[in-house]
Amino acid sequence: MGNILEVKNLCKKYNGFELKNVNLELPKGMIMGLIGENGAGKSTTIKSILNVIHKNAGEIKIFDLDHKKEEKQIKEEIGVVLDDSFLSEYLTPADINKMMKHIYKNWDEKLYFQYIDNFKLPKDKISKDYSSGMKMKLKIAVALSHHPKLLILDEPTSGLDPVARSEMLDIFQDFIQDEEHSILLSSHITSDLEHIADYITFINQGEIIFTKTRDELLEKYGIAKCSKEEFERIAKKDFIQYRKNRYEYDILIEDKIEFQQKYHIQVMDKPTIEEIMLIHIKGEK
Amino acid sequence: MNIIISNSTNTPIYEQIKEQIKNKIISNELKMGELLPSIRSLARDLRISVITTKNAYEQLEREGYVETIPGKGTYVANKNVELIREEQLQKIEDLIDTAVSIAKLSEISKTEIQNMLDILYEEE
Repeated sequence: MGNILEVKNLCKKYNGFELKNVNLELPKGMIMGLIGENGAGKSTTIKSILNVIHKNAGEIKIFDLDHKKEEKQIKEEIGVVLDDSFLSEYLTPADINKMMKHIYKNWDEKLYFQYIDNFKLPKDKISKDYSSGMKMKLKIAVALSHHPKLLILDEPTSGLDPVARSEMLDIFQDFIQDEEHSILLSSHITSDLEHIADYITFINQGEIIFTKTRDELLEKYGIAKCSKEEFERIAKKDFIQYRKNRYEYDILIEDKIEFQQKYHIQVMDKPTIEEIMLIHIKGEK
Repeated sequence: MNIIISNSTNTPIYEQIKEQIKNKIISNELKMGELLPSIRSLARDLRISVITTKNAYEQLEREGYVETIPGKGTYVANKNVELIREEQLQKIEDLIDTAVSIAKLSEISKTEIQNMLDILYEEE
């Protein structure tokens, strides 16, 4: 099983912000969720991959091709949704179809209108008058209608209500029924990723903190909750970080079973991605 | 086929899938040679990650309950009846072992446990 996307030592420097040696590998047929605070570097990473902004250093390969040299060919086969809309809001879905027909060689008019129908989007209404859920669905319909192999989505679920979000997740899972297809999506709504993402990559202050499978993070990691006295007898090497609260210590553990054989802490919670993120960002060692 | 996933237990999701499919094979609800749903469609229908279902199938395969034919799919394996019986006996032994320890702890006699067992077995 090869990788559909490979990022090696990507660096990008802005005034006051830096992406430092970002490495990513996304295998075929998988969904990777990019998580992190606002301003952590999620969008910068995505935009560098798409060559919308110019990287300072590093190597990026999509379908085994250099993302800059073979940009045209690559872009025929990726579907993109960026946070800030790239479509004029004064266009109707029908107008967009006319435009896209000339942009993508593989644009599939029939498929596009099928999505428009499935998503119940009015064809002759300009998207300015759509709800935010409908706008997002329109973007996704556009991103899917030229038979891409890779979807790159920046915050596709933000601003959507739970029902619309769940519909989005269904669309993504349908997309990867073909095992040649992959999805890279960023989100700060981590509960969405908890279910469907195969890999979770956590980025903080321009650096990748980890890439783990969903199962490793959610089934193997644990959060031990204990008193100050209990905390003091835990060796530093046995936890990742901890967070001191008023009444208890929250300690992030990499392997809860192994840890429990040694320490027998009474409360060991199954973590959520959000908690893992929080202890990483707010915690100490 | 029903597979019921709980997000609030401590049992990992791949473990839950594995156990439920395994039980269906043991009870013959899933028959030898039957095609299981593909990793991807099962992931979609359960709304979980592909890697999770893959994990479950791989463990089932390692334990000899299913067989994957590349490019075709995953099938219920030729059941090794002896092996399954062995495994079930082991499970029962472990449970009885627990029962005996509790009994000894509170000075409950062997006869009392045997009587209990008789009654319970008849009820089934």
